[in-house]
Amino acid sequence: MSAADFRRTLSREDGFDRRQRWLRRLHLDLPLLALVLLTAAYGLVVLYSALDRDWMAFQGQLSRLAVAFIVMLIAAQLDLAMLQRWAPVLYGLGMVMLVLVLLVGVQAKGAQRWLGVPGLPRFQPSELMKLAVPLMVASFLADRPLPPTGKTVASVLALIAAPALLIGLQPDLGTAILVAAAGFAVLLLSGLLWRWVLLAGLLGLAALPGLWMVMRDYQRQRVLTLLDPESDPLGAGWNIIQSKIAIGSGGLFGKGLFEGTQSHLNFLPESHTDFIIAVLAEELGFLGVLGLLTLYFLLLTRGLYIATQGRDTFARLLAGGLTLTFFTYLFVNVAMVSGLLPVVGVPLPLVSYGGTSALTLLAGFGVLMAVATQPKPLAA
Amino acid sequence: MMDRDALTLRNPEQELRQFTGRALTLWVLLALAILLLVMRLFQLQVLEHDRHAARSEKNRIEVQPIAPPRGEIYDRKGRLIAGNLPVFSLMVVKERVEDLEATLALLETLIGLTAEEREAFQGRLARRRRPLEPVTLRLRLDPEAMARVAVNRHRLPGVEIEAGLLRHYPEGALLAHAVGSVRRLSEADLQRVDPIAYSATRFMGRLGVEAHYERALHGAVGHERVETDARGRITRTLDRTPPRAGHNLTLHLDRDLQAAAVAALAGRRGAVVALDPRTGGILALASTPSYNPNDFIWGLDAEGYQALQQDRDQPLFNRPVRGQYAPGSTFKPLVALAALTEGVTDWERSLKDPGYYQLPGQSRKYRDWSWTAGNGGGQGVVDLRKAIYRSSNTYFFDLGNRLGPEPMASVARAFGLGSDRSVDVFGARPGLVPDGGWKQQAQGQPWYPGDSLNFAIGQGALLVTPLQLATVAATLANRGQPVRPRFLMASDARLPELAPAPLPPLDQFSQADYAGVIEAMEAVVHRGNQRFGENGTAWAYIGQDIPYRMAGKSGTAQVVEIPQGEEYDEEALEERQRKHAWFMAFAPVEAPEIAVAVLVENGGGGSQIAAPVARAVVDAWLLPKAPQAPQVAKVAQQ
Repeated sequence: MSAADFRRTLSREDGFDRRQRWLRRLHLDLPLLALVLLTAAYGLVVLYSALDRDWMAFQGQLSRLAVAFIVMLIAAQLDLAMLQRWAPVLYGLGMVMLVLVLLVGVQAKGAQRWLGVPGLPRFQPSELMKLAVPLMVASFLADRPLPPTGKTVASVLALIAAPALLIGLQPDLGTAILVAAAGFAVLLLSGLLWRWVLLAGLLGLAALPGLWMVMRDYQRQRVLTLLDPESDPLGAGWNIIQSKIAIGSGGLFGKGLFEGTQSHLNFLPESHTDFIIAVLAEELGFLGVLGLLTLYFLLLTRGLYIATQGRDTFARLLAGGLTLTFFTYLFVNVAMVSGLLPVVGVPLPLVSYGGTSALTLLAGFGVLMAVATQPKPLAA
Repeated sequence: MMDRDALTLRNPEQELRQFTGRALTLWVLLALAILLLVMRLFQLQVLEHDRHAARSEKNRIEVQPIAPPRGEIYDRKGRLIAGNLPVFSLMVVKERVEDLEATLALLETLIGLTAEEREAFQGRLARRRRPLEPVTLRLRLDPEAMARVAVNRHRLPGVEIEAGLLRHYPEGALLAHAVGSVRRLSEADLQRVDPIAYSATRFMGRLGVEAHYERALHGAVGHERVETDARGRITRTLDRTPPRAGHNLTLHLDRDLQAAAVAALAGRRGAVVALDPRTGGILALASTPSYNPNDFIWGLDAEGYQALQQDRDQPLFNRPVRGQYAPGSTFKPLVALAALTEGVTDWERSLKDPGYYQLPGQSRKYRDWSWTAGNGGGQGVVDLRKAIYRSSNTYFFDLGNRLGPEPMASVARAFGLGSDRSVDVFGARPGLVPDGGWKQQAQGQPWYPGDSLNFAIGQGALLVTPLQLATVAATLANRGQPVRPRFLMASDARLPELAPAPLPPLDQFSQADYAGVIEAMEAVVHRGNQRFGENGTAWAYIGQDIPYRMAGKSGTAQVVEIPQGEEYDEEALEERQRKHAWFMAFAPVEAPEIAVAVLVENGGGGSQIAAPVARAVVDAWLLPKAPQAPQVAKVAQQ
């Protein structure tokens, strides 16, 4: 039992609701837990359909989620002060591994993202950075006067840019965006002046042609495809055309669970991973998607509320940053599948098939619970 | 130093306030962002739903036409002469093949494609097709090849095994020219036919009965709506409109009679047409040499086709229907009718035959067939009856000269020459009946008296097909009631060909004259054991042991002109310059059941060469009589 726990135990009065106390002891936030479970359950139903009712694959995902939930429970127990102290170490370790990935990483599907350590499952260091970057930025900013000074902002930008660039080199644009977004989210929450944000936005727009120059061919193709998918309906445009057809043909109420023709007849590619929301949209319709987005919105709201209740600036920045990262995930994914953004590899949180992203996400929710359940220190 | 600054400047209350403000602002922003997603989904799922739903349906649902089974064709005794054989074919949908070369290479190792198959496939691929139309790679897969393809199906996207029916002619070459055949639909055909009705059909009738009754035989196309996955594989059938099979046809043809006719021709180039004089039903229609129509369906390689086309014996040429020949002396009975009717002669009138005929004031000798260079020919005193049974040219030269072209052209046309009177004989040629107007137009010359002489013995410009000559024989057998030759005897379809409008009887010629002409034609066959030069021309060849009464007339049509003063010497002439041998006949005379025309190309004398063929055919029809009687009665009712 940590020192903080001990102190809190001492400060508690008796006569507290037993259930509340039990949850407190496990460091669980009931609304957040309920929402995560609900979303994951809803996602599993959709996934079962997207997997063509392949029970074996479904079981695999179930066990991966179970592991991720255990990780969440463990993360919830972490002491925030300790997290803040260890943040630079975690960040540094992640950076070393990112460099290692580029040097000796395992290649798959034309990208070098995995680190193979004999005896251990393959591992993507970029996933770690989705947590390590907001942690580092929050830790860094928490020690500095807020709103941050120009110098601080410059340092934070460097902290964000370094891992994002390394991940972008793998290349894994989707993860690079998520990692950078996680860092920026913390920076935004720290009180970065809006006019700077505006200025950065304008600069970014001005830099777009430059970005075009450094983009790889396949990335440019994705942007062009977004603008005019019908120019190559059987090639580059196929994914986005088919996913729009899947979503649109679902209509208000959907074709019914397991009845989606676009996904079950394999017109929709990646139907159980990145494009799974198209399956949901096709089978359960607009109302089905609305339900999922509502769950997401409630999750985000609870996350931000927890952040505002954090015991100190670090806790608040970290919780807020993780919540906004979660938002980035779902926004990029849904916008991409519905044809608003170019195709980048971002899974739909808590729904898409795959273990790594669920692990990272639930670890994040665990940290949120840690923030929710660790009270302000007795002495300010 | 930094830390100390921070410590001194930190204000937890203010930071909390500021953070809360930020969080609230961001919460509003992300709510707006999610609203944006909701709006986008609303746009796709509600506003544009119809469009996407339609595309989704188009993605998965494919309408596949189902070919109707082609109607079967039977002979008069219900024996199948054109049927359908179930086959499994290897088809390729090019649009669904990822790498055609690799696919062909894989099939090569699996089932061993031949070079011809590859070539034929590439040829079919190059032709214009409907999109997603399967192209045949191998028409008939044996079970082992089928199994090999099926097992490797996942490696062969776009390759399908199609169950289908293929036209098959169990009798092969025997009935090829009568029944005709189907051929693979060509690009040009696709322009002509209704593309929807023929959307699943790969063969259509190209010749013969198959071509004439194409509409009845084809049937109606069916449809199947199937669900396919992204690779084009059928996952299930949604609904099905079955095709309607084509109508079956029963023909007047008799397979055995046809076989007898072909056997009687004994490999010579020639034609036999046998009609039922009462109905015009075509009992046999033989053309030799023939070809096997099944070869065209299984795929004839270029060499095989060229060999057929360039064969000097022209196996693809439908002689009885499309071959037009001078009728020779077989035309004489018609000239006799015209001369009797015009009053140019009567049964009593006779003349002395020196073996040749000369027009008044001309030195040119128009020779009788009995003429010899040493002037030893001639058939003595000849009357009309003898002029027929001895086939006297001299007598008919005289008739021709006195008749002139018009009465002869008129009797020829009355008997159906110069036009196609058939009901359902595909591609039948009209032949040619010359007259003054025709000659002026075609050759720019007036009609000379010599033309009338040639006309009277069936030479010159007059051309008939064996089918027409059989019709002439049938009309004579009917004592002037013409018939229209036809194949169709019965069908489950109500076809107009089943009841063709009857032709008016030729009553411009008297029954007495018909009887006289028929009696003379009987003498051609039966008048025997007389002194030299008095027997019927065919008696020695067919008449000595004939067990029924047959009326016949031989013809020997000159192919090249023999110069004045020279004899026709068969030995000296090239085989293909020899005379065509004709014989027309009907029997039994008192109640005719069969009328026949026989042509043997370059065969020589009609009585010697063609008459035995005619006798063999009539024998085959009349002699094994007992089991046929009911069928004949049934035909007579139609």
